[in-house]
Amino acid sequence: MKNPTLKNFAKASLLAVACAVALAPAALSAQQSKPWEKIPIPALHAFKPQQPTRIELKNGIVLFLQEDHELPFVSGSVLIPGGSHDEDTAKTGLVELYGQAWRTSGTAKLNGDTLDDLLEAKAAHIETAGGEDSTSLSWESLKGDSDQVLALALDLLFHPSYSPQKLRLAQQQAAAGIVRRNDDEDEIAERESARLVYGPDSPYTRQPELATIGKVTVDDLNAWHDRTLTDKLIVSVGGDFEPAAMEARLRAAFESLPPVKPAPERHESFAGPTPGVYFVNKEDVNQSNIEIVGLGTDRHNPDVPKLALMNDILGGGFSSRLMQKIRTEKGLAYEVGGGYGFAYDHPAAFRVVVLTQSAFTVEATGLALAEIRGLTAEDFTEVELSRAKDNILNSFLFRYDTRQKVLAEHVRLEFYGYPADYLETYKAALEKVTLAELNAAAKKYIHPDKLAILVVGNSPEIKPGLDELKLGPVHPVDITIPMPKPPAETERKQ
Amino acid sequence: MQSRNSSWFLNSAVALLAVSLTWAGAQAQDLKSFEQKTTVKVLPNGLTIVICERPEAPVFSYATFIDAGDVNDPAGESGLAHMFEHLAFKGTTQIGTTDYAAEKIALARVEAANDAYEAEYLKQVGRDPKKLADLKEKLKAAQDEAHKFVIPNQFTEVAEKNGAVGVNAETGLDDTMYFWSMPENRLELWAWLESSRLADVVPREFYKERDVVQEERRMRTDSNPIGRLFEQFVATAYVAHNYGRSGVGWPSEVSQITATEAMDFHKKYYVGANIVVAVVGDVHAATAMPMLEKYFSRVPAGPKPQEMTTVEPKQFAEKTVAIREQTQPIYVEGYHRPDYRDPDDAVYDAISDIFSNGRVSRLYRSLVRDQQIAAEVEGFSPYPGDKYPGLYCFLAVPLPGHTPAEMRDGIHKEIDKLKAADVTDEELAMFKTRTRADLLRGLADNQGLANTLAEYQTRYGDWRELFLQLAKVDKVTKADIRRVANTLFVATNRTSAWIETAPPIADQKSAGGAQ
Repeated sequence: MKNPTLKNFAKASLLAVACAVALAPAALSAQQSKPWEKIPIPALHAFKPQQPTRIELKNGIVLFLQEDHELPFVSGSVLIPGGSHDEDTAKTGLVELYGQAWRTSGTAKLNGDTLDDLLEAKAAHIETAGGEDSTSLSWESLKGDSDQVLALALDLLFHPSYSPQKLRLAQQQAAAGIVRRNDDEDEIAERESARLVYGPDSPYTRQPELATIGKVTVDDLNAWHDRTLTDKLIVSVGGDFEPAAMEARLRAAFESLPPVKPAPERHESFAGPTPGVYFVNKEDVNQSNIEIVGLGTDRHNPDVPKLALMNDILGGGFSSRLMQKIRTEKGLAYEVGGGYGFAYDHPAAFRVVVLTQSAFTVEATGLALAEIRGLTAEDFTEVELSRAKDNILNSFLFRYDTRQKVLAEHVRLEFYGYPADYLETYKAALEKVTLAELNAAAKKYIHPDKLAILVVGNSPEIKPGLDELKLGPVHPVDITIPMPKPPAETERKQ
Repeated sequence: MQSRNSSWFLNSAVALLAVSLTWAGAQAQDLKSFEQKTTVKVLPNGLTIVICERPEAPVFSYATFIDAGDVNDPAGESGLAHMFEHLAFKGTTQIGTTDYAAEKIALARVEAANDAYEAEYLKQVGRDPKKLADLKEKLKAAQDEAHKFVIPNQFTEVAEKNGAVGVNAETGLDDTMYFWSMPENRLELWAWLESSRLADVVPREFYKERDVVQEERRMRTDSNPIGRLFEQFVATAYVAHNYGRSGVGWPSEVSQITATEAMDFHKKYYVGANIVVAVVGDVHAATAMPMLEKYFSRVPAGPKPQEMTTVEPKQFAEKTVAIREQTQPIYVEGYHRPDYRDPDDAVYDAISDIFSNGRVSRLYRSLVRDQQIAAEVEGFSPYPGDKYPGLYCFLAVPLPGHTPAEMRDGIHKEIDKLKAADVTDEELAMFKTRTRADLLRGLADNQGLANTLAEYQTRYGDWRELFLQLAKVDKVTKADIRRVANTLFVATNRTSAWIETAPPIADQKSAGGAQ
């Protein structure tokens, strides 16, 4: 059961926990004996998750070391600020190409193909990736090979040698993705709903086109590398290593770099969608993909704990309102859920998703809208709040139940500039939320009149039609993939 | 709650998965260390419990592995095992109901009303539309009456309120698996919940859930080009064995499954001898085993169900499927291979590794890097299952402007090379090294380990085979690979299927008015 709003949610933390939250008294028939409530729940075994060592170099680069000797592997990564949000619009897709061609090109000493041979013979990996707000280089190997693999990774970090052939290969792969992006209904819905929320030209939604990826050159890749490697790098290593030696290796590699550039201030404004009903026709499906979307918030917002509880009630798990109504009671969907999103550094989206057979599109949309309106029309109950708290707090330790998760959480908080005790603070805030605060938060943040409704589905099968929603005209969305003109004869020669 | 086989290729056309749980094992974290922390007990009812102590954090994961899946669905009832799996989330005589005694009577009336409706619906001659509508009303009334006793989703609610994460299940063709993770102090609560649903399930809200499962089919298969392609591909490759049948169920059949049929399936297959429960995490076997034994002894004893008699006959004619639709092209082909118990099982893994694993693999280097005709290509096996003879498959995603025929030719060229010349020493050594390393990588994850231990305990009768299989991997020779390639990859043993792009039926249009 996927919950789109929570999928990038923090996964690790710090605190020693021994919580045994009492089960909420459920308002059920007296005839139920509830034998499960008689089963003792002892205190949780004491647990103090091991924290990584944080080392800040004098140039501002931060190292995290997390020992874990359970298995004979060492893994690491360098997180580099700057991603596709920051690329030139005319070359949208540059960072994706950079992430691929960096590794496949290899270094001046060792080309990518030779690097592949060398690493795979050791069952080791070095990979690079381009993301929305960062790029990264990561490595992993058996302990015995870890010195050599780290040396290769550092060589790739500092001495990449972008090759035109490998850039071309990456462009072909990207082109395959572009021409296939309308094949899958799910992908269309996710992409187009985000474009409704942020606008089609926003850094958060603009998409690579055949024309924009075609403009990217090896010079662009070099320029991107030179520009981002002077930002605040976060280096993290986990696994079966000796910490003093690892610290010395990393200091030797990173300490001599110049002081990191301060992160530029972002000045962004987010208007949210133009309310209305939007439609994408897809003739080869028998199920509609319905997305009801609006603007969400970011994690700096102190109301996030309240919104997280509201989300659990609306669309979190099996006992959520959307699930109970649309799936269990009506049998209209297998996949249904959603909530008010919060990202680390920008407003995420409010997003409710329902997949239902074409003929029930209007009914399912209406039911989902009613559940959204219900968040503000009626107060929540103590039973709902208590259940949402139990759901979130009793599973909270799964955010830090492995050393890798704890390490990843520290890296994430460092990257987005959150305090290291963020999860503790967040958990404490969740525990304190009252019913009045929850009700107030829903009224403050849920505005059904500001939402857009997107349907991807098979027009002739959608009966009654979307005009039966009585929410104004239905706006068709054009998802045609722009195809560059074939080159003229003269251009084709060279 | 997913149908595993149909979901394998769901998520993206380009991220091609060929992960198989039966991946041959590797060396040691090692076997000895696992023997010290792993305890197995077969209960008097035949149910096997495996506990693996891994006290890294105060949590545990479990996997309940039923040796029955959609391959066991009776004729005319495809999708039944998956349908039952959904039922197992609906509660028991004690949880999910306000008054089971009264609910039981109401549910019997639902079943009778459904039988009456179905009898009329299936009439080929003399079906009376008015009577049918009337029977449908009566069925709905009976459902509404039964619904009065339901506390919806109470089973999952209790699990989630107690910190369960990853609450789900998967039905494959070969088997069904239930799983989640929880804080360790809920072990006894979990044992109550899990043993209750295995022993004491109630066919509650069955016909609503059947609608949900049909939505699942629409999502995974009907509305997904790769789902459609693979359903047709496998249906063409098999003429006799149930591997050729839709796992999630053909629409006409899954829409007619009854609660009675689901409960019959449960009675036959959810017996102790057919179930392994594995628990991994912060659990002490010495204290936990007696407690688990108390709860899981409630599962009915019963003989291990008889294996099916059908064996897929030898294919003697090449078969092809061409789908023409708006989707971008994709190519797949498959060759019948033996089941997982075959002495050459590790040889098939070696072939997959050499063909497909990473940027050093032969198919990547040939079709992606050098010829530049494919975005992705790989060979993998077995599919769609491993318990019975499956297929060795290839899947290729052409670059824009390239065709399925080019994928076929490119793959066949690599197959011919494998048949004509030995692989290199480096390739063979790489397969063995990577297999060992991948086994090790899987050992530090409670849920992954629980799934694997339960599967190996079922498939080999001994979880140790996870480690012991490494000996078979080590014995694979270059000659083995050539021999198997020459037997397997022959045209008369091949089924291929592809999508060719057809022009759109009509231009973009509005769904504004009812059309």
